[in-house]
Amino acid sequence: MSAWTDLQSGLVPEPWTFGPLTRTDFVRYQGASGDMNPIHHDELFATEAGYEAPLAVGMFAAGAMNSYGTRWLGADNMRRTRMRWKAPAFPGFVLTVTGQIERTYEQDGQRRVDIALTVTDQTEAVSVLGWMSFVVPEEEGR
Amino acid sequence: MVAKSSLGAQGTVFEMDMERGKIFEFAQAVLSSDPAHCEGMHPVIPPTFLSTTLHWEKRVEGANPWSEVAMSEERGMHAEQEYIFHGPPPRAGDKLHAQARITEITDKQSRSGTVLTFVKMVTEFRDEAGKLVAESILTGVERQLPEEAS
Repeated sequence: MSAWTDLQSGLVPEPWTFGPLTRTDFVRYQGASGDMNPIHHDELFATEAGYEAPLAVGMFAAGAMNSYGTRWLGADNMRRTRMRWKAPAFPGFVLTVTGQIERTYEQDGQRRVDIALTVTDQTEAVSVLGWMSFVVPEEEGR
Repeated sequence: MVAKSSLGAQGTVFEMDMERGKIFEFAQAVLSSDPAHCEGMHPVIPPTFLSTTLHWEKRVEGANPWSEVAMSEERGMHAEQEYIFHGPPPRAGDKLHAQARITEITDKQSRSGTVLTFVKMVTEFRDEAGKLVAESILTGVERQLPEEAS
């Protein structure tokens, strides 16, 4: 977890790349979430709908993006997360999450940080955009 | 085409338990190996975990007012999703009560002239004392066919 001074100076973690995405990734997410839309796993259904392959679940890629945010600033500290889809992803895609600090501030007597996240695919097209807010606890033992 | 009459539609309240195994399963599904989601008896939920309402709402008739929106499967999509937490996110062992309602339906014209209909559904999550702990804001968008534009 990042220290307040690191956040104030704009220090961000290394980008995180995951993939190539597989149908197994989509099916595992669908089982976990309960969204069983066949467009994400049924080859025949997806091709009849005009796609070359099953479409990645939007909430899967966005969920992974959120995992990057909580690994950085702590799952217990997260207070708000917003995600917007820009372009679909397919099996074989390799996605990269990058983060930046939007602002550090105090609210209700707590230190807070807002970050912006971007998920790009292997062609550098933007797939998902995200915004998250975290509280930043006082460092212990200092 | 989106049924404008669904504005204000409210779902039946449904229960949703935060379960340890489910939290671990969901964390793996969003590629998180963060011990915060698997260690101890009361791990915290991942940020998008409340999307698992899909499992719980099926048990209660009328829990999901989104069905009243009647958005086209071909021309509709999930455009944006937000989760707001009014304190630390829920943990395994917490019992929540959830209720969804359709809060906003707006038409916007895109630069190409296509009319896009945006629909927002807000789900409120309350603890056993009735305190608001989290909100989910789902935004769906449907591309209208030219003849449907009003």
